[in-house]
Amino acid sequence: MPLRERHLLGIEDLELDEIELILNTSRSFKEISTRAIKKVPTLRGKSLINLFYEPSTRTRSSFEIAAKRLGADSINVNVSASSVSKGESLIDSGKNLQSMNPDIIAIRHTSAGAPHLLAQYCDSASIVNAGDGMHEHPTQALLDALTILDHKKSIEGLHVAIVGDIAHSRVARSNVLLLVKMGAHVCVCGPPTLIPAEFENYGARVTYHIREALQGADVVMMLRTQKERQKDVFYPSVKEYFALYGLNMKKMKWAKRSAIVMHPGPINRGIEIDPELAEAGYSVIFEQVTNGVAVRMAVLYLLLGASEETGL
Amino acid sequence: MTLLLQGGTVVDPSQKIEKKLDLLVEKGRVSALGKIKPKKSWQVVDVSKRVVTPGFIDMHVHLREPGREDKETILSGSQAAAAGGFTSIACMPNTDPVNDSEAITRFILERAGRAGLVNVFPAGAITKRLEGKELAEIGEMVKAGVVAITDDGNPVENNQIMRRALEYAKIFDIPVVDHCEDRPLAAAGHMNESGVSTRLGVRGISRAAEELDVVRDTILSRITGGRVHIAHISTQESVACVRQAKKQGIAITCEVTPHHFVLSDTDITNYDTHFKMYPPLRTASDVKAMLKGLSDGTIDCIATDHAPHTRLEKEMTFEEAANGIIGMETAVPLAWEFLIRRKIVSVSRLVELFSTNPDRILKLGRGTLKEGAIADITVIDPDCEIIVDVKKFRSKSRNCPFHGWRLQGAPVMTIVRGRIIFRHED
Repeated sequence: MPLRERHLLGIEDLELDEIELILNTSRSFKEISTRAIKKVPTLRGKSLINLFYEPSTRTRSSFEIAAKRLGADSINVNVSASSVSKGESLIDSGKNLQSMNPDIIAIRHTSAGAPHLLAQYCDSASIVNAGDGMHEHPTQALLDALTILDHKKSIEGLHVAIVGDIAHSRVARSNVLLLVKMGAHVCVCGPPTLIPAEFENYGARVTYHIREALQGADVVMMLRTQKERQKDVFYPSVKEYFALYGLNMKKMKWAKRSAIVMHPGPINRGIEIDPELAEAGYSVIFEQVTNGVAVRMAVLYLLLGASEETGL
Repeated sequence: MTLLLQGGTVVDPSQKIEKKLDLLVEKGRVSALGKIKPKKSWQVVDVSKRVVTPGFIDMHVHLREPGREDKETILSGSQAAAAGGFTSIACMPNTDPVNDSEAITRFILERAGRAGLVNVFPAGAITKRLEGKELAEIGEMVKAGVVAITDDGNPVENNQIMRRALEYAKIFDIPVVDHCEDRPLAAAGHMNESGVSTRLGVRGISRAAEELDVVRDTILSRITGGRVHIAHISTQESVACVRQAKKQGIAITCEVTPHHFVLSDTDITNYDTHFKMYPPLRTASDVKAMLKGLSDGTIDCIATDHAPHTRLEKEMTFEEAANGIIGMETAVPLAWEFLIRRKIVSVSRLVELFSTNPDRILKLGRGTLKEGAIADITVIDPDCEIIVDVKKFRSKSRNCPFHGWRLQGAPVMTIVRGRIIFRHED
């Protein structure tokens, strides 16, 4: 069974069986990355364009490596803010790239809905949302789920705490959508200034107190906090933010002994996570990065039809 | 030319008339109402089954000339107004250059005269270049023809300036029209702050950004006695505040746009930028509050905030796209469909909202069909069904969220100074 839609724009549009399909496919692709020759010809002759309007190292290289390991070609188009102001609109860029007949365009953009706009103007290529503004980052949520499942039997019934700047985080939105769909009890935690309006509608509990969020948690997901938020009066200082919402060994004791700590990276050490903790046994941060490649291989594979044999 | 409108239902709240009457127009003025026997030399138009009302007035439009003639001109805007059933429009001063001087006011009026269709009444700026710092030369502009002052698009942040503007406007008895928005609180948002903005990941605008300025304006109007008019009111609490202020006798009036009583933020699907405007679409309960305000008299008039933008300015991501939609060619059918057919207001109340009240606020001396009055007339066919088609708009722009909507009740004839400037062709 392939995916229902031609594009992957957000977790919101995925059904539970599609999420499971992506996760299962990812698992079968994981092994390729451990081989001596890390390449299969499954997607030979296909091409991926990474269209990135925001700086990114991990996500972009992850998509690129995923494509290459499946034998597809990938190219990166980095659009800096300055060339945007030179006037080529997203739609024009999309139409131009489409004329080169790529099979997939992975787009990252500072504005929510940019992948949706591109999808309206692309009638042949599949669009993958690689992060749009404060909206969604579906492959991140999928790789997080894969990582959780490497450590826990099932997501259903798990207690997951998501801590930090919920308001500006596409990672939080995609993760809440996915985890709630899969039956987890999700608690989001941050200062009220960084909790968006009516967030309870997502089916997640909201708290301003990290202790409440961590109590009995199986998974602790820390979000990246941008220092600029201090200027926008979301909190008074990084020092105070860390004291209230940063994770350290002491606070980690409130969570279950078996709890894992996740972070979408890159970490601001000393803002979200005590460096000591990042190196302790809880952290699965680098496993997330590894799983990112497998998940993106699965997504590329499934979007490109999955009709052919996997060639494993 | 003598014109006889025969057999229509004349609805004119200024004379408390709502009955079948013939209406005779001579030399650009209403010369008789009643049972009139036609003469051979007259032009006779059968308007039976139609509603004949004093000309509709849209007191909030952006004509973009001078400066952005690619979006709209005074001519194309006048054509759109005529086709929408409006005989008079008031154009906002946020042009380039800003209408903050007698010279620009005269330029607009000269262009409007050349267009020769609807009456164009310019609104002048409150402050020079809309910067919110120094008062513009309001007296000079009034002498040249402005009927209101406003920094529309730019809220007047400084309370002292707003107070002075309200005081100063008393000399000329003109309203100060305020775009209520506390800028820091609006925080560069792009839509109403709610569960919908959260789900779409689009930065929200707190409703408090509007409400704080509405409250401020009621207080400043009370202490100065100046007339304040709230532009495009959009939240339940703003309407409640105006209702309360009116009870206290404060000289406050307000307008609502059709989109704010027809659409809510849940209509924003797939990041369609035709649903992006300022103030943003609010919630379903705000829409309900607008309907209540329209029916109980709290809201004085319907104005479109007609805001033309080029296709390129709307073909962007939601966050990057320009704010605003055009409205003059859909306002009356939307109001008929959503207010009359759904029994929110009576026909006579609708005429107050579109004609009597904007005339009273701007003191234009239109808005009536009394014998001797200037013959600005709108004729509506309650049975006329239209399907909104942006390609048929007279406006130069196409930024309208109602494309494809089926609506019933539409203007079929627009008459200015006794001359038919628009006639609906079936």
